[in-house]
Parts: sequence; structure tokens; C-alpha cells
Amino acid sequence: MTKKHILSILVDNEPGVLSRIAGLFSGRGYNIDSLCVAETAEPFVSRITMVTKGDSMILEQIKKQVNKIINVIKVTDLTDQEFVERELVLLKVNAKAEHRAEILRITDIFRGQVVDVGQEHFTINIIGDTDKITAILTLLKPFGIREIARTGCIAMFRENKSKS
Amino acid sequence: MSKLTGAQILLRMLKEEGVDTIFGYPGGVVLDIYDELARTDLKHILVRHEQGAVHAADAYARASGKVGVCLVTSGPGATNTVTGIATANMDSIPIVVITGQVPTKLIGNDAFQEVDIVGITRPCTKHNYLVKDVKDLAKTIKEAFHIARSGRPGPVLIDLPKDVSISKTSFKLPDDVQLRSYNPTYVPNRKQLLKVVDMIKKAKKPLIFSGGGVILSRAHKELAELAKKNKIPVTSTLMGLGGFSGMDPLWLGMLGMHGTYRANMSVSECDLMIAVGVRFDDRVTGKTDEFAPYAKIVQIDIDPTSIQKNIQVHVPVVGDCKISLELLNQMIDHEDMGELKPEHQQWLDRIDNWKKTTPQVYDQTDVIKPQYVIEKLFELTKGEAIITTEVGQNQMWAAQYYHFTQPGQFISSGGLGTMGFGLPAAVGAQVAAPDKLVVDIAGDGSIQMNIQEMATAVQYNLPVKVVILNNGFLGMVRQWQQLFYDKCYSSTKFQHTPDFVKLAEAYGAVGLRATKPEEVEKVLKEGIVCKKAVIMDFVVEPEECVYPMVPAGAPISKMLLV
Repeated sequence: MTKKHILSILVDNEPGVLSRIAGLFSGRGYNIDSLCVAETAEPFVSRITMVTKGDSMILEQIKKQVNKIINVIKVTDLTDQEFVERELVLLKVNAKAEHRAEILRITDIFRGQVVDVGQEHFTINIIGDTDKITAILTLLKPFGIREIARTGCIAMFRENKSKS
Repeated sequence: MSKLTGAQILLRMLKEEGVDTIFGYPGGVVLDIYDELARTDLKHILVRHEQGAVHAADAYARASGKVGVCLVTSGPGATNTVTGIATANMDSIPIVVITGQVPTKLIGNDAFQEVDIVGITRPCTKHNYLVKDVKDLAKTIKEAFHIARSGRPGPVLIDLPKDVSISKTSFKLPDDVQLRSYNPTYVPNRKQLLKVVDMIKKAKKPLIFSGGGVILSRAHKELAELAKKNKIPVTSTLMGLGGFSGMDPLWLGMLGMHGTYRANMSVSECDLMIAVGVRFDDRVTGKTDEFAPYAKIVQIDIDPTSIQKNIQVHVPVVGDCKISLELLNQMIDHEDMGELKPEHQQWLDRIDNWKKTTPQVYDQTDVIKPQYVIEKLFELTKGEAIITTEVGQNQMWAAQYYHFTQPGQFISSGGLGTMGFGLPAAVGAQVAAPDKLVVDIAGDGSIQMNIQEMATAVQYNLPVKVVILNNGFLGMVRQWQQLFYDKCYSSTKFQHTPDFVKLAEAYGAVGLRATKPEEVEKVLKEGIVCKKAVIMDFVVEPEECVYPMVPAGAPISKMLLV
């Protein structure tokens, strides 16, 4: 059964590493839904957070194949475990006078912020997990969304509470 | 501390890694390396095409078990290596390819003979490097060799810009390689092996299925011990030939698309399959759903990605083939395995019977049969030659009719199926094993893909023998057209082929020809004893097919036998 998986991949922070991973996915016909790369606390290590899809056999292959790349230090599949997930979205929505109050209310409910205002638009900044982002996009769609920029998902394990 | 140039560091590090031979071709940006090379005692084999250099280094590695090295220039020199690198990558062969690159300042400027070879070879190398600073060079070379030869071996490319090979730095031998992101598992999990012992104990129809991993880890002795002690018959992939003696009564021959009847039937009926160093390629499995349908499958491999990729296995064992088999044999020694079960004996009898009822045969007529040439070659060389092959029918007949007994004795492009591999491979193998007889079994198609390496063989007095099974066709493609495309021989008939005897002579080699069956033995004998490079042109039955054959996508028990 095809399922969404979030992979957290620690890699050497070197030129060409992202290309090795992206090339592996395109070469073997695997799916990338989103991809997010940045340095970690260790300057020589980057974290790639990737959302991908596939059945269990394909996912097993994806994880093994990614692990096989020499510059990959560790691959963890966050799915089926306790984790926190966030994505940042900037969206520019039509905001005519009669709709402005409603849009602001929705933004407020989702704890978003208006970061730019014009005569006929708001640019809104929203942070949340996939469900929350989907929900606000659905609510704002009727007003006319002009543009969206999304960071892609980043995620981390929750620490085991019983231990702490 | 002394200061060395990049070129000097490169050559020094090659010596440190135990390299004594390089296959290569010079050019603009590697001039400084070649200038230094002239002052070392490293042997450089000047090939006639960069593809030849990589295949030769590849076969050198296969024959010797060491890392093969080649050195070429930037741009076209580098792109010409790609087919060779992909060939080595598919067959997990340890080679290090050093390509020159334009000076770092010019990279990205579309400079003369510039190409992004690191980008191009990323998907077909185990790993690759662009060295931007001479200070990183020594460490990079050490890492490259470590990666090439450890774990599941493979090709590693180092791209070396001209300015890096000129600039100087103080040289210090690098420390041992420690890579936190790369630690292959050599020693398998004991619990998994215990399961295997138990499965062997219970099995009534066990089968060993061995592959290239057994050759690469030189696990042939351990494999023979496991098979003989427990009376388990052995089949292997094309890449695994020579991993188990082709003369042993437990040997079933190769399996798969052109496997023997008894090997394919054994796979289809066995109740335990111990797969060692294989990756279940589609040419082996046929229709995957019906592959080994009654078997519990154990898979031993150093590369976790080979496990559960094409076939669901019951007991995965991640580890080096040699170490895993050694441990398995020890565990079996400490276990009471009981008497040989009557069902097990029946299984062996059943396999013997298949061998009798459906042997590997061909019809002898008054035209030379390609199979006959190889049978005779086997007989006259006492089965001791190193055989390289091209790709196609010649390769399959070589695999079927020459019986290999040693790892590194059969050298063939298995995974990629690279035509033009055999001759440069013969050159590389002959350099690795100067005292052995090296024979390239070729077709009239593929021999023309790297025929220029005859000049290399002659220049270095390498007495390689080329046996051309000349049928005037691209035989394997024609066979498919014959069987599955209503004999529409679209573009597979050569309207013109050079006279290979004259061609051999033009290269300064010896050319011989046989056109009738009774001439075969004489030509082979004359060719084998000759101290020079020889091309033997055997004019064979034009429309002979390789049998058995499993049509693509069919289960391997459904073979066309004639």
C-alpha cells in the first residue's frame, strides 16, 4: 500500500551531495513530494528532510539505496513514530474590502501573520504541519490565492517522554 | 618536510596503494602527470581508446583481485571512459579512474575539452571526487582506493584539475581512512546464520545459488565446503562462473535465460535456496512471481540493497560472502546434521536424471558449430585458460561449453552487457597474469567495437588469442528476431565484414581461419601455441541459436530446448 513517509537524512555538507540524492530518486523512478536542506548544528553536516511515497518494499529500497550513498551518514524514517512536523508557507491572497475581516479572522485562528498588505491583497505567513496548512489553504481558496511559496516539510523525533 | 606537486603525490599514493600498472591515454591536462610518470617504475599500458583502458583495468582487477587503475585526459578522454565505468559498476569491479580536468579557474566556463565528468558519472560510480585543492589529494586517493575495494566493490572516479596536479604542497602520508558515513558490514548476524543451519537440516531439496559476490570475496573454498559437506547441488549466475568447479558432480551449470535444463528445473523445484552473492537479475529470475516457488530463500550479501529488491527472501544475511560461509560451515560442524535424508538422495537422483534426459547438446553438421569450437577450446586448453568474452551468443556459448574451475577465470560483462569488452579485457587479464593463456571468445559484431586494442596487445607483446565465432550476424539480436519477430532480420546482417586474417596481419598479429569442422582443432592448436597475439576466425553456422532459452518474462521452468 502506498503511503507517505518523511525521511530525515543526515549528510556530509559538501557540494554535489544533494545531486547524488536527487539523482538516485530520478534514476530509480522514486517519488519526491518535498525536499528541504540546511546545515545542522554541526557545520560539516546537513539535514535533508524529504517527503516521499511508496509501498513498504519500495520504501525499504529507498532507505537502503540512500544509505548506500557514501556521503549519507544516517537515514531515519519518521513515519510510524512520534515526531513533530512543520512547514512554513507564504501565501498571497486576494483581499477586497468586504473580505478583509474574514481573511484576518481565519489567519488569526491559524495563528498566522500578515506580513505584507496592499489595496487588494494580504501576504500571510503560516507555520504548521501538513493538515493545518491544507486546512487554511482550503478556507482561503474561495477568496482567490494569487501565489504560494512553501518551504517543504521539516521534522524531528519527539524525545521519549517516559525517559525525561 | 619535502614539497611535492599534485602529479608527484598522485603517483606516490598509487605506489602506496600497491599499484604497479596503469592503463591510460595521455592528453593536454594530464601532461604533467605523464611527465612525472616517465620518471617512475610504474608500468603504463598505452591503449588505443579510453574505453579500452577502463575495460583493461577492469579485467586486470577481475583476474588479479587487485584494484585496476586508469588515467585519461579531460573532456572526450573522460567521456570515453563512461561505458567502461558503467560496466564495472554493474559488475561491482574495483577500479579507480583518474581523469584530468581543466584548471579550477576555468571550470564552468566551457573551456576547451571541459566536461563535468563528476556529474556525468555520479549515477554509474560507487563514488567520485573533484579535487579542488592539492592539500586534499593524498587523502582523496587513499579514500578512493578504500571505497573501491571494500564492501561491495565498485568504480571510483577522481577528477583532477590541471592546476592541482602542478601546485605543490608538503606531503605527508594520510592516516587510515575513517568514514563515519561508510562502514560495510562484513561479519553477519549469528542469529540469522543459526536459522540457516536449521533450514539446511530440515531441507529435502536444497540448492545453492551463487553469484559474482563469491568471486569478488574469493569465497570459492568456503562455498565448496558447504556444498560438498551437505551434498547441496550448486548453480550460479553468469558472474558466478568459476566460483564452484564446473567439473564437480554437484555442479548444475548456469541458471536463467540460457541456463541448463537441470539448473532451471532445480530452482523451480527446490525447497531451500541458499543465494550467495547474487542480486536476482531479471536474466536469472525470469518471471519473478514463479521464481523458486516452493523454496524458502536465504540470501547472503554484503550489500543490503541487493536484498529484497527483486525477490522476497525469508532469511536475509548481510555480510561478506567468505566470512559468512566460513561461519556457517563452522556452525554446521558443531551441529548434528543427521543422516542424509532419503528425500535428499532422491533429489540428487532426480537432478542426475535431468542431466541424462536433457543434456546440453547441439547438432553436428558439415558446417562448424560455434559450440564445437568452444568444446574443443576447453579440451585443448585443459580448462585452464582465462576466458574473456564479448557480449551475445559468443558469451552464452562460452558460459555453457567452457567449464570454469577458478574464480577470475571467466571475465565477462554480465550486468551491463557491453559489446567490445572482451578484447581490451583480454589485454588487461594478460597483463595481470602474464603466464596464463588468455582467450577472448568473440563474435564478428562485438570484436569490431574495440578491435583497435589489437595494436596494444602487439605493442606490449601480449599473446592474447581472439576466437571469433563468425556468423555474419549480430547473432543474439538475430536469434530474438528469428524466434519472436518472424525472422525479420532488421539490421542484424553484416553486408560487409573485414577479412579478420588480413586485419590481424595488418596489426602485426597472426591471423588464422577455419571454414570446416575438421580444420577447427588444427587452427586452435596452432593459435594456442603461438607466442604472439592471434586472431582465429571461425566461419560458423550463420543461424545457430543459443539453447535452452527462456523467453523474456516467462518463468525459468518454461524453456525452449531446441
